Amino acid sequence: MHWLFYASFLKVLFILAVTAPVALGFGFAGAMAARSHIPPLSWLGKGYIAIVRGVPDIAFFMFFVIALDQGFEWIRHKVLCTDWDQPIRQGNDFIVCQAAKLPLSTSPEWVHETYGFALAIITFSIVFGAFAANVLFGGMRAVPHAQLETAAAYGMSRRQTFWRILVPQMWVYALPGLSNLWMILIKATPLLFLLGVEDIVYWARELGGTKTSKFTQYPHGDWRMWYFLFLLIFYLGMTRMSEIGLEKLMRRLSHGQATSGGELLRKETTA
Amino acid sequence: MSCLQTIQDYALRSLGFGERLLPRSDFTLCEQFTLIGSGMIWNVYFGVLALATGFLLATALAVGKASPNKWLRKPAEWFIFLFRGSPLFIQFFFAYFLFLSLKKSYPMFDAFTSAWLGALIVLFLNTAAYSGEIFYGALRSIPKGDIEAADAYGLSGWARFRRIVWPTMLRLAWPAYTNEAIFLFHATTLVFFSAFPAWQQRGDALYYASYFADKTFNPFIPYPILAFYFILLTLVVVGGFGLVNKRLNRHLPAERKAKMRFRVNLAR
Repeated sequence: MHWLFYASFLKVLFILAVTAPVALGFGFAGAMAARSHIPPLSWLGKGYIAIVRGVPDIAFFMFFVIALDQGFEWIRHKVLCTDWDQPIRQGNDFIVCQAAKLPLSTSPEWVHETYGFALAIITFSIVFGAFAANVLFGGMRAVPHAQLETAAAYGMSRRQTFWRILVPQMWVYALPGLSNLWMILIKATPLLFLLGVEDIVYWARELGGTKTSKFTQYPHGDWRMWYFLFLLIFYLGMTRMSEIGLEKLMRRLSHGQATSGGELLRKETTA
Repeated sequence: MSCLQTIQDYALRSLGFGERLLPRSDFTLCEQFTLIGSGMIWNVYFGVLALATGFLLATALAVGKASPNKWLRKPAEWFIFLFRGSPLFIQFFFAYFLFLSLKKSYPMFDAFTSAWLGALIVLFLNTAAYSGEIFYGALRSIPKGDIEAADAYGLSGWARFRRIVWPTMLRLAWPAYTNEAIFLFHATTLVFFSAFPAWQQRGDALYYASYFADKTFNPFIPYPILAFYFILLTLVVVGGFGLVNKRLNRHLPAERKAKMRFRVNLAR
């Protein structure tokens, strides 16, 4: 059973590896929407950014996991069971036809687990996408306006200006925010436990405790404190390593930019 | 049962007053609003007390981290790194089990295993570390001229700190500190979802919201109610901190008064 504990560390790393790019994608789409000149689209983007700020992220996590699950089942229900005439919400129950159940009740155990896992990742991406959208939106606004005006003077269309001038330059402005976000994402991974994923928190509780649902013998005393101390150190190591890595990335991106960081680099190399 | 009756029964449920049993079926909108609002008492309690106590420690930490003395600087640096580098969720778990095992040897730690004290201590240390880092950043960006002027006026030591350095530090740090306060209030929702038990179902707002979501299998009512309460709380925090900001900046000419910018730091 202990190897499941070690495997759960890989699970956390896997989630980080998947969520970060997906959330960045959501964020980019959100920031583009917020910049849009079409009012409904811009409201959508701004609303997406604004709502996450006012509400605790954990509430979002718990909301989306159920909401997404019901949303998927509802869509499948509408598509697969057209002859169903009863309402889906009956009092306190949410009833869809057998074929629309997700995952199907006949499917094996691992499908159930993977489905839960996927839901958790989508939820994470939606919430962190909103954070990323805010950061990228700020980064886009921080690009000196003269750059965009110059592009327009050269006869570039709005789309060309966006992709060729704005996007390549915004990263250096967005990076401090994004690296902050990466730290938050790392520190949010234990919350997966609340979404029903059997992650390191789950196994630390199970293995550290004296008597649990899975182990009825008493292999040792209450070691949960030590297990959690270990997790604490694990996370400290992760954040420290990320800090060092991001600093290096920032140096690289600042190269040749018209910012004080870029200026500092130029002086270093010429001196 | 009328809504007024429900409010009487459940408004202080999270503190243990009123009706003992939670509603079990046929949940009305009023019940959900009342109970989730009742849970907000705990969120406000944790947030306000942790902020108030954390503020003092944060100032000490910032001064310690900026100190030239190694024996003051290193502990402050390590403290800030420890609490900013690890997830709050794990800190809650660790603290709970730490207090639990301390309780076995020393019965006086009994109170620490309950949320009202144990979780408060964790939140206090956590927010002290985050605000300490904010204050440290502000301390380093105090204009050199201000300090030189203070020296020229013959202020030094405590008087200089009290009259020049500290107010300027607060003024510079205030927008970021407002953000931290908002996120601290959000973090209070984690308390009853980590190891700390909600004794007799006296939980915070999220605890009740998830109770309703579990029972009704309908997340679309309790969570928006929770969101409503938290947006309200956020507005109150922003308003309150805005007033303090106004006072901190009252000596500046009107056009230089920095408008509070909430856009930049969305997350801590």
